[in-house]
Amino acid sequence: MKLQVQAEPFDLGAESNAFAAGVLGAGAVVTFTGLVRDNGGALAAMEIEHYPGMTEKAIAAMMDQAMVRWSLADALVIHRYGRLAGGEAIMMVATASRHRADAFAAAEFLMDYLKSRAPFWKKELSADGAEWVAARDEDEAALGRW
Amino acid sequence: MIDVLYFAWVRERIGVPREKLDTTAVTVRDLIAELVAREERYELAFADLDSLRVALDQELSSFDAPLAGVREVAFFPPMTGG
Repeated sequence: MKLQVQAEPFDLGAESNAFAAGVLGAGAVVTFTGLVRDNGGALAAMEIEHYPGMTEKAIAAMMDQAMVRWSLADALVIHRYGRLAGGEAIMMVATASRHRADAFAAAEFLMDYLKSRAPFWKKELSADGAEWVAARDEDEAALGRW
Repeated sequence: MIDVLYFAWVRERIGVPREKLDTTAVTVRDLIAELVAREERYELAFADLDSLRVALDQELSSFDAPLAGVREVAFFPPMTGG
């Protein structure tokens, strides 16, 4: 398992390749990447705040759960914080399993939990000022399916 | 003494990211009542508890949870990761 919470950008291709190269025996790798939406050019930047310590603990717990539930060969989560521009990658998830259904389900599970249970807060900065992104009811409701 | 941390708009309304407090509060709700009685900025931050979450020693918890043995309390809005 690999978990990184970092301010620096990450190399999506290199991370994906390294992950896939390390999961001999798995037949499926699923990766998901979250990008900063630029809101049609209106977004100047996104600032992501987090709770050092709790962030790592909360994500590691989700990953442990996913590893067991879907018998994953491996899992990876990279999540950034700090100031990001439109189009930049915020985070990525990768899962590997024997067959694809488990890797897809585990990736979705991790995404749903990261959205609502990992202590990150996003703030959008635009010409009109700064605004905290509100949590969406759909995101909270999505946890119910697991 | 207990460490109290604030994140996102809770931090902005209160004006500090963390502080050490001497408290006799039994539950999280008691601690909030103590803070709100202190100054208006706390009243502003804790006006709507439905829009707040609390973590005790870095685990999500509830407002009725006891504070006995807790070293770190954190208040923040619902999380927006991913």
